[in-house]
Amino acid sequence: MARKSWAPALLSFLILFLFLGVWHVATLPEKGAQVVDDEYAKLVGAAAASGQKSAMPGPVDVGKKVWSHLADPFYVRGTNDKGIGIQLAYSIMRVLVGFFLAALVAIPLGFLIGMSPTVYKALDPFIQVLKPVSPLAWMPLALFTIKDSGLSAIFVIFICSLWPMLINTAFGVMSVRKEWLNVARTLEVGPLRKAFRVILPAAAPTIMTGMRISIGIAWLVIVAAEMLVGGTGIGYFVWNEWNNLSITNILSAILAIGLIGMLLDAVLNRLAKAVTFPE
Amino acid sequence: MSPVSDQPFVKLEGVAKRFQTGGGANTVFEDLWLSFGQGEFVCVVGHSGCGKTTILNILSGLERPSEGYVFIQGREIAGPSLDRAVIFQSHALLPWLTVLQNIAFAVKSRWPDWDKGRVREHCQRYIDLVNLTGAEKKRPAELSGGMKQRVGIARALSIEPMMLLMDEPFSALDALTRGVLQEEVLKICGETRQTVFMITHDVDEAILLADKIVLMTNGPEARIAEVVLNTLPRNRDRHDLHRHPHYYPIRNHLLDFLIDRSKNFHQELGFKNCDPKNPPLVMPGISEVRAERPPSPALAGLRT
Repeated sequence: MARKSWAPALLSFLILFLFLGVWHVATLPEKGAQVVDDEYAKLVGAAAASGQKSAMPGPVDVGKKVWSHLADPFYVRGTNDKGIGIQLAYSIMRVLVGFFLAALVAIPLGFLIGMSPTVYKALDPFIQVLKPVSPLAWMPLALFTIKDSGLSAIFVIFICSLWPMLINTAFGVMSVRKEWLNVARTLEVGPLRKAFRVILPAAAPTIMTGMRISIGIAWLVIVAAEMLVGGTGIGYFVWNEWNNLSITNILSAILAIGLIGMLLDAVLNRLAKAVTFPE
Repeated sequence: MSPVSDQPFVKLEGVAKRFQTGGGANTVFEDLWLSFGQGEFVCVVGHSGCGKTTILNILSGLERPSEGYVFIQGREIAGPSLDRAVIFQSHALLPWLTVLQNIAFAVKSRWPDWDKGRVREHCQRYIDLVNLTGAEKKRPAELSGGMKQRVGIARALSIEPMMLLMDEPFSALDALTRGVLQEEVLKICGETRQTVFMITHDVDEAILLADKIVLMTNGPEARIAEVVLNTLPRNRDRHDLHRHPHYYPIRNHLLDFLIDRSKNFHQELGFKNCDPKNPPLVMPGISEVRAERPPSPALAGLRT
């Protein structure tokens, strides 16, 4: 049976339009019903008094807002009014810096753990205790010691990216097939050449999976971290718009966060495919 | 020139392998004494669990014997060496490398200071030798089982080892491919007079390839029962091998051993004085040694 390649896409669009339709109908302004007393209605104007404009926007409002953000994503009009593009750029920068610092620590350390059962047994209790700690629990400690909110956010990203990469690297190195190691042994391959030419390529797919999990978690955590530290970033933007009670802006930000998260995952997935070998 | 050199190239002296288990030591094999010369093709035949692969691993240096010594050219084996190449049963190619890169990895290990061109040229010679010309850029996943094992053979030969160790190299292949590869190995090893130590389950493979066939009793506590000298001429050919008058005596001797004697060998030992340091050398078809041996009670009951 020939599969219709357009069928899933069509279904996706149907679900999208159904969702937008239900959303649109649910947020339509109720006409005529006055919800406040007459004197107050005179004071605030007919629109507000009749509840015509709910705080929950419809899809058209959000669409317009998203369009305005896309039209001018990088404006700066004061500390609390920056374009969504700038806010996202701050967040991406923090995630990437924290993520790469974590990779720099986790991959060599994971290699060591994977190669040496002694190191593995020695470090395992620490990893088991520290891994389940919410990265945000480190925030006060980071703020106190680093005394810089931006760097503290990066530190939180570093901590949350560390564990999946560390564990996956160690696991990947540990489970390199014995026969490949035996090939290296019978060919009298030196330790460095063995590490880079046999163990690293053999463990690379597992390491990349760890990196993919890490960047996903980092992107989840950055929003919460920036809500706490404030100043810049998409997390701060969301919190700021909550204070402004601009649900439209919050919804635009949610959409942007989702899209960037998808993009980061896609990039890592592409890299993982590049190092994967068929057996 | 005789196909069997008198100079002992490999010497096993009282080799044993034991594994520590909960109840004590578990002996896989013990008191193995064996020597063979340069240029000899030696096959070990025995049932699963007699420790054939362990012997091969000890010869390669990947494992150490629990007792005893192994000498190659008078020097004790200290660990894996480029002088002894292993052809693994599972071919053990690195799947992220192409055919050429897999062989080049071995060649660069052997001669680290060779330049790219020289490595490439050397690899190509062995790729051509095993009839893989044109498949240089392919990855192992794109190759059939037979082609993968050809790469394994080319990789092992490319480092020009003093000795080739083969662990059931053709057992994972279909019968047709196996036959073709056996002939190629026979031809290559015959031309280069390569010393080979090979493990097999296949009696016909042993008769076709080996000069000496080492018979091992069943494990645990396996030992060398006999060394069978292949009395067929060395320019053997798969097509008319079975027409030689010595073929069936050898084949029957090997099969009799595998079917009956390998598991009852300790009873046989009770009837004659067998020195483990000098396992009997048997030449089926030339001297009927079996007649000299008193039949074991179990066998005597069946035969009369």
